[in-house]
Amino acid sequence: MILAVAVFAPLLGSVACGVLGRAIGDRPAQAITILCMLLASVCGVSAWYEHIWGGVGTGVSQIADWIDAGSFRLNWALRYDSLSVSMVAMVTCVATLIHVYSVGYMAHEKSTTSRFFAYLSFFTFAMLMLVTADNLLQLFFGWEGVGLASYLLIGYWYDRPSANRAAIKAMVVNRVGDLSFAVGIALIFFSFGSVNFETIFASVSQHVNDTYRLFGGEIRSYEVIGFLLFIGAMGKSAQILLHTWLPDAMEGPTPVSALIHAATMVTAGVFLLSRMSPLMEFAPHARDFVTFIGATTCLFAATVACVQNDIKRVIAYSTCSQLGYMFMAAGVGAYQASMFHLLTHAFFKALLFLCAGSVIHALSDEQDMRRMGGIWRAVPVTYVTMWLGSLALGGIPYFAGYWSKDAVLEATFAAASPVGTYGFVCGTVAAFLTAFYSWRLLLMTFHGTPRADAHVMAHVHESPVVMLAPLVILATGAVFSGWLLHASLIGDHNDTYWQGAIFVKQGNHVLQQVERTPLLIGLLPTVTGVLGIALAYWFYMFNPALPQRLAARYARTYRFLLNKWYFDELYDFLFVRPAVWLARELWQVGDVQVIDGVPNGLASMAEGGSVQVVRIQTGSIAVYAFTMLIGVVVIVSLFLLVR
Amino acid sequence: MTNINAAGFPVLSLTTFLPLLGVLVLATLPGDEAASARNARWIALWTSLLAFVVSLVLWVRFDHRAAGYQFVETISWLPSFGVSYRLGVDGISVLFVLLSTALTPLCILASWEAVTVRVREYMAAFLILETMMVGMFSATDFLLFYMFFEGVLIPMYLIIGVWGGPRRVYASLKFFLYTFAGSVLMLLALLAMWHQAGTTDITVLLRTPFSAVMQFWLFLAFLASFAVKVPMWPVHTWLPDAHVEAPTAGSVILAGVLLKMGAYGFLRFSVPMLPLASQHFAPMMFALGVVAVIYTSLVALAQEDMKKLIAYSSVAHMGVVVIGIFTFNVQGIDGALFQMISHGVVSAALFLCVGVIYDRIHTRDIARYGGLADRMPAYALVFMLFTMASIGLPGTSGFVGEFLVLVGAFQVSLWLALFGSFGMILGAAYMLYLYRRVIFGKLSKPDLRAILDLSPREMAVFAPLVILTLWLGVYPSSFTSFFDATVSAMVQNHTEAVNLARQPVLFAGSTQ
Repeated sequence: MILAVAVFAPLLGSVACGVLGRAIGDRPAQAITILCMLLASVCGVSAWYEHIWGGVGTGVSQIADWIDAGSFRLNWALRYDSLSVSMVAMVTCVATLIHVYSVGYMAHEKSTTSRFFAYLSFFTFAMLMLVTADNLLQLFFGWEGVGLASYLLIGYWYDRPSANRAAIKAMVVNRVGDLSFAVGIALIFFSFGSVNFETIFASVSQHVNDTYRLFGGEIRSYEVIGFLLFIGAMGKSAQILLHTWLPDAMEGPTPVSALIHAATMVTAGVFLLSRMSPLMEFAPHARDFVTFIGATTCLFAATVACVQNDIKRVIAYSTCSQLGYMFMAAGVGAYQASMFHLLTHAFFKALLFLCAGSVIHALSDEQDMRRMGGIWRAVPVTYVTMWLGSLALGGIPYFAGYWSKDAVLEATFAAASPVGTYGFVCGTVAAFLTAFYSWRLLLMTFHGTPRADAHVMAHVHESPVVMLAPLVILATGAVFSGWLLHASLIGDHNDTYWQGAIFVKQGNHVLQQVERTPLLIGLLPTVTGVLGIALAYWFYMFNPALPQRLAARYARTYRFLLNKWYFDELYDFLFVRPAVWLARELWQVGDVQVIDGVPNGLASMAEGGSVQVVRIQTGSIAVYAFTMLIGVVVIVSLFLLVR
Repeated sequence: MTNINAAGFPVLSLTTFLPLLGVLVLATLPGDEAASARNARWIALWTSLLAFVVSLVLWVRFDHRAAGYQFVETISWLPSFGVSYRLGVDGISVLFVLLSTALTPLCILASWEAVTVRVREYMAAFLILETMMVGMFSATDFLLFYMFFEGVLIPMYLIIGVWGGPRRVYASLKFFLYTFAGSVLMLLALLAMWHQAGTTDITVLLRTPFSAVMQFWLFLAFLASFAVKVPMWPVHTWLPDAHVEAPTAGSVILAGVLLKMGAYGFLRFSVPMLPLASQHFAPMMFALGVVAVIYTSLVALAQEDMKKLIAYSSVAHMGVVVIGIFTFNVQGIDGALFQMISHGVVSAALFLCVGVIYDRIHTRDIARYGGLADRMPAYALVFMLFTMASIGLPGTSGFVGEFLVLVGAFQVSLWLALFGSFGMILGAAYMLYLYRRVIFGKLSKPDLRAILDLSPREMAVFAPLVILTLWLGVYPSSFTSFFDATVSAMVQNHTEAVNLARQPVLFAGSTQ
């Protein structure tokens, strides 16, 4: 019941704000959404507390029936288990903080902001539907709902062409993954006769050896399902190949980047794999693929983040990279570690984005780090909290990221498989790069000589309390959440936390082995992290001319990284241009010349032979009928020949 | 000889012919041009609303568990030829009757200010059109069906030809000829079936076994007629032209109801009466469906005319419907039916959206717009909802049908499901691109600065469509329950017929 309140309060806020916003004005509209969000987070946290420590068991509350088509039946229902309540508690809390922060951040908007708050609340609702879904289709509803919210919020400043482009790109790239996801759901229905989690999980063991004919061979259904679902997850969680939308999504207002494109929505793919763990456990090849893609993304995004100059883009690539860690963990079967990293990441990444927003706010909407610097005295709270966020992200001991990132890397090491080792290597290198780009960002933003013009520098100011309070709260989370949660989430007794919501098959001891990894391996991420920080200091504090020299010396590599490995250019060449060309050709040649050409040509022939209107018309009826007949004959004979 | 049906009165005949009564009243309208125009609007609106209210009896009294015809009415007509006046609805047709009666008043309301010449005749044409549509969906006699099916063309032809745009004569002729050509072949099929069965009663025809060879030819004859109406690739090019030239309300009915005639024909005749041929031709239908989805979605991407873009998107959506029908499983056919209803609502609404700004600026050229969100927030919201429904976002009507077809198609082949659902990606591309160019961006064109948001009349037109779109998306089982039983029975009959034919001895017996 309280879970239902947590889920639907944001919807109420969104609709009220969207419908009444113009009538009641900005302030009351904001108040309504924030009150609804507060209610949701109180309910969300108490649902979490009651379930984990209060002994309230796993359950499902039915709301209404949804689709009924033959044997395809499912309901709107909320699922109440450790996975869903953990996500609900996190999502509602982070979302509430970001609502509050937005009041300050959007204060300079000229037009009304009720639309913005309505979208934010709608997003929260969709995300909550996603995590509390009791069947795959409802999860897909939330999945597409957050996609819509993301589209609307990226394009919030709709008079900017770049924002519009980014919004459409986000939607279309995501749809590629969604198509695969939808086909995966169809295959699950085909295999299990249901898309309800209970039914699927209960009969997983009966269908383990089912095969599906594909590419002329028999492939185990679970592997196919695993691949299809993961491609869906790749889209939403911006993994390499389907990642191109996320950096562009930074066109949206910064609170949006924090909420949607860092803390919550992009982690939906990770959540999906944990949710489907009973099935993924029996799809080892699909999981290897997950690890491979996760590891590759982790390293790829970290290399790109090292050379970007837009403060938000650096953090966006960092998000990509951290999501790669989460997938790595899920891929080697340590779903608990991946969920743990998801939760800690939500705190420190939301924090980093909000700090970036505060910096951008202070510098009159400047986002380019080359025109920042030397402002740390003017924005002390932002400076300190951003330091804390970076310490957490960099995996410095006892900060949140340290606990979860270590667990992920040790799990990949403990998996002792080739792909796991690949993940470990990529992850360790990425840990070095993560620390490097984080301190590069800190140093370029706050230290050194001011590079902004005097006019901007004169206006540098600390943000209002309404923006700083969320920073402080999130910073507390970034410092303590790992330390507080690690024993429950990934410790020896993690079963009492997860209560069966995450399934680990017999013989999967990855998490237990994590405890027994050699000390040196356990220390490696920390050591590389510290080295990364040192390197950043050397580059950007003590020897500021060096980066430029290096960039000039290795111009080709630099440009390759700066242009994000040329993925956008490649896709433009491979997909966008051919599609545009094909669209024109099919229309102008296919439709206008060929398909219309036949009847028009025949008609004009008939017309040419006659001057009488009546005969033209009767003549062309015959011609049309005749053409149709010929068409049918041609199609049928082609068909028979081809068979 | 009239059978009393569940409603206790001939509800279908009343719904069918009430609009004609309205036409009679219109014909006798006195007064000058302006007065008669005003009266004609009100008379047409009230008549169509009355017809809608009468048709609601079907919604309330329809037995969801029964698979056969309900509300049956029979009057002997040409007994020596086995032809009667028979009306009835089953799960497949009942919602289309309701769709027709629901859309007609909205069309009349949408034409309130847009049509200023020959208003009386225009309204009469719409009422006649309604009679024809309702009659077609409720006829259970093939000859009667044929008459209504062809009769639909005439008022539509006039609506495009008289009240249409500059190239209306070309478009209406193309529309008429394309759709009429197939009809000739259907008439031949009708004669052949009547010759064998001795009656045109559809319920009897359903039980009449046609030989495999005969099914083959009958299927092709039906295909010639229905493929044009759907329209299937490659006989779809009449549709964009017809839409572009048609007045807004004409497009609404064309997309909302008339495009369903072809797919309805497949479900009413081809699939249940010709199971072997349907099975035989299914791969071809899948191929044509997939080509329609991908080809026309791409073409839609290149369009610069709003109506053409939506027309092409209709062809793609109907491709999904065709795929669903020929999967011969409950999910596929349920999905196809749902997609038809959803498309009836959503594409109708999208054409109305185009109509709103066309009435103000008098162009459908996408490049002439941009930045409307500033001046028309309510319009932007409504347009966004229908854009999302067209893309098939869960929670809107578009998703349910598309997804059920995907599930159905998957039972045939993964590739059919994958390629048949390509519209998910391409649809998002062309619809969002359209939306961006019209609604988003900077408002820089001078004549758009003074553009007005939706008027109360326009809101009244959109409100029911908005409600329907969300209702269909959030609570679709209240609609699927109408046809689930009928479709299940149909799928079962199909499977039995195909299995029967696989047994050689019985097959030889049935060819005699």
